[in-house]
Amino acid sequence: MQLRVRALETVLTEKGYVDPAALDRIIEAYETRIGPHIGARVVARAWVDPAFKQALLADASQAIETLGLEQKVGDHLIAVENTPSTHNMIVCTLCSCYPWDVLGLPPAWYKSTPYRARTVKEPRAVLADFGVTLPADKTIRVWDSTAETRFIVLPMRPEGTEGWSEERLASLVTRDSMIGTGLAKAANEVGA
Amino acid sequence: MNGIHDLGGMDGFGKVDAPPSEPPFHDAWEGRVLAMNRIMGATGEWNIDVGRYWIETLPPAVYLSSSYYRKWMLRLERLCLARGLVTETELGSG
Repeated sequence: MQLRVRALETVLTEKGYVDPAALDRIIEAYETRIGPHIGARVVARAWVDPAFKQALLADASQAIETLGLEQKVGDHLIAVENTPSTHNMIVCTLCSCYPWDVLGLPPAWYKSTPYRARTVKEPRAVLADFGVTLPADKTIRVWDSTAETRFIVLPMRPEGTEGWSEERLASLVTRDSMIGTGLAKAANEVGA
Repeated sequence: MNGIHDLGGMDGFGKVDAPPSEPPFHDAWEGRVLAMNRIMGATGEWNIDVGRYWIETLPPAVYLSSSYYRKWMLRLERLCLARGLVTETELGSG
């Protein structure tokens, strides 16, 4: 595949459609700057600032805009809140839609056939593959993304984190907790 | 459109294999494919829905047996050929 990709890049470069340096810059952005640490900041802010949380749940794209992130967030980002009675999961059954701007590139498993096929049918069994077990009476809500509408899960704030700084709270927020295949880390799982 | 990409609810694919962490790209060529897709998408020759169509219409056996970025590469080649941006000969001699 490597040679085939190089052949296409060479032709497109010779014809002036792509500039290899521009390709380098895009790759570098996804390797170094755009990733789940951005979403973790958003979640931590929502945990400490009720007005921001309300704005996030009302219109995530607009609320995140106010954080002054490097990259503009897509127009239709929806934040779904985990509560003691409801757990949310996101999937893209048709392809791989994912909130790139706040979580970076999706992991391979998110784009895999088992995850796409099973999450809408047996979310608890999928959670078990991630080592997550939820109480039987908790509602699980699965959100199927599209090219236009993408989702981020607002995980529950772990107990015992009262008075923590936003930065320290953000260290509890894993990528999987914002997809819904995991929970935020417990307070004792991170350093002071 | 109904097709192999419409995977929701389908049985038989087994467990989700989710390693705790993984790099953004598993091979250098995957990054080139992603970046070329973004740049070519910005030319306005096609939009996101057209792009999806050309992945969804890959032969089902190819669709299921190809990695994610391999599908992106096949899509990009097909689109560039269909739009007359490149020719088979050029791809062969690139």
